[in-house]
Amino acid sequence: MGALQLQNIRKTFGAHEVLKGIDLDVKDGEFVIFVGPSGCGKSTLLRVIAGLEDASTGSIRIDGDEVATVPPAKRGIAMVFQSYALYPHLTVKDNMGLGLKQAGTEKAEIERRVAKASAMLSLEPYLARRPSELSGGQRQRVAIGRAIVREPKLFLFDEPLSNLDAALRVQTRLEIAKLHRELKATMIYVTHDQVEAMTLADKIVVLSAGAIEQVGSPMELYNRPANLFVAGFIGSPQMNFIEGGRLGESVATVGIRPEHISLSRDSGEWKGKAVHVEHLGADTIVYLETEAAGLVTVRLFGEHHVNPDDIVYATPDATQMHRFDAAGKAIR
Amino acid sequence: MSKARTSPIRAGFVHLALGAYTVIAIFPVFLTIVNSFKDRGSIFRSPLQLPGPSSFSLVGYETVLKQGDFVGYFTNSLTVTCVSIFLVLLFGAMAAFALSEYRFKGNALMGLYLSLGIMIPIRLGTVAILQGMVATGLVNTLTALVLVYTAQGLPLAVFILSEFMRTVSDDLKNAGRIDGLSEYAIFFRLVLPLVRPAMATVAVFTMIPIWNDLWFPLILAPAEATKTITLGSQVFIGQFVTDWNAVLSALSLAIFPVLVLYMIFSRQLIRGITSGAVK
Repeated sequence: MGALQLQNIRKTFGAHEVLKGIDLDVKDGEFVIFVGPSGCGKSTLLRVIAGLEDASTGSIRIDGDEVATVPPAKRGIAMVFQSYALYPHLTVKDNMGLGLKQAGTEKAEIERRVAKASAMLSLEPYLARRPSELSGGQRQRVAIGRAIVREPKLFLFDEPLSNLDAALRVQTRLEIAKLHRELKATMIYVTHDQVEAMTLADKIVVLSAGAIEQVGSPMELYNRPANLFVAGFIGSPQMNFIEGGRLGESVATVGIRPEHISLSRDSGEWKGKAVHVEHLGADTIVYLETEAAGLVTVRLFGEHHVNPDDIVYATPDATQMHRFDAAGKAIR
Repeated sequence: MSKARTSPIRAGFVHLALGAYTVIAIFPVFLTIVNSFKDRGSIFRSPLQLPGPSSFSLVGYETVLKQGDFVGYFTNSLTVTCVSIFLVLLFGAMAAFALSEYRFKGNALMGLYLSLGIMIPIRLGTVAILQGMVATGLVNTLTALVLVYTAQGLPLAVFILSEFMRTVSDDLKNAGRIDGLSEYAIFFRLVLPLVRPAMATVAVFTMIPIWNDLWFPLILAPAEATKTITLGSQVFIGQFVTDWNAVLSALSLAIFPVLVLYMIFSRQLIRGITSGAVK
């Protein structure tokens, strides 16, 4: 029995359909990430699972129990919010313990769980402080601690790292990954950042316009995208899409990732002129205007001295080509 | 540092304008208090002069304390004002929470209906209110006044508070729901503390017209036992003779409680603003 099962979840606001029939199975202990552009319905789906929004139709099972009519507090879930959502008038300790107190847990048990969670997140020195006396990273750790002490069947994260600066984001990401290994809990995580999705997930669910585009492990999505949307969404810089006809192929679109194209000064398949070059140290990104394939992005590892207006030749790796039919579906 | 900020001329003009406004605003209060300490003759001879050894007199205060039940009037005014503010804030905040938090049919219409009262003066309904009070036997009770003032204060309270409550983070309320707080607990323990500055604003706007009102006490509760301070002071204003010493003394006394209430709320207001600014 899976930890979470969604069947035909639909949600409409007035005439606008936000979720168009979501079916999903999450296994026990899995780290599942919902990813997609803004407005694709990923946050709404998370709120439906949490019980903060009612689904218009469909069934939600957590640990085998139907929870569509169960209030959020009784679903056995815990949620971490983007804006931390800590209670401003309570200390860190009380923030973490409030849910248990409301559920009527014994004081000693609350103490034990809060102590354990704060040790896990190195929050011990701050237990007596209020949220306003903490930094952003510490606040988010408190919010995560508040989720841990509930010992939920299901953790829900709603873009928890979006409000943190870049360095802190990487650090907190590592902490969440470590936490998942230690707790072996089922986690559902919403983000629009594909790097977070690729690094954390056991399973990624790509959503677009209220429907699931593809479900799979990060490498499955990278290597075998099911359609144009997933192919374009996963991977950075974005996959190059070239009209099949231009390359003499019978398919509608050919896709090739920037890192699967090699560059040469003297010979190659596509002759082109460098339009713009980005030097990132570890990578060099070259934007080429080619005669055969139009504008192509090429990602080279390490430093390369290519200047704008240089004439270079690009050669795609034929084994890494993706082909799509007219409807955008991958041809395999 | 910007030039505008340090320019002494600019700052001087700002202070001049503010100072002038302060003088204009405080002058009547100042005149009332100064003249309440003078004897009758010097009030009329030299109303702008400070009380000197020759003109100083406490006769006004003596009259006020001897004649009529002034302590009783004070208590009545305070009771009516405090109970009304409490009810306005409680019901206003609850209605505002419902309007801003829950999506239901006719939500916008209900909000509009509730704020309609801002535009229609409640005094237009005086006759109907009086008939109602007579029918329910509430004439000459403080309850009558509290009911009327609560109705009078609610529209503005709902209007201001619902705007403020929309700014309270949804995540915070949802976190409370997941932690098992009831909707009442979310309202009282999470939302109300965050809209405290707005509550203080509403309290000040509600309090002053209630404390100063003469109309409804005169119509609904003119009995000796239920007189408010503004109505009580009218005793000294006659058709032919007015005891100015007593009127000025009574008014001076009436200023203080409302000043104290104002200071309580305004401190809240400032604290709320600054705590929001540094977040």
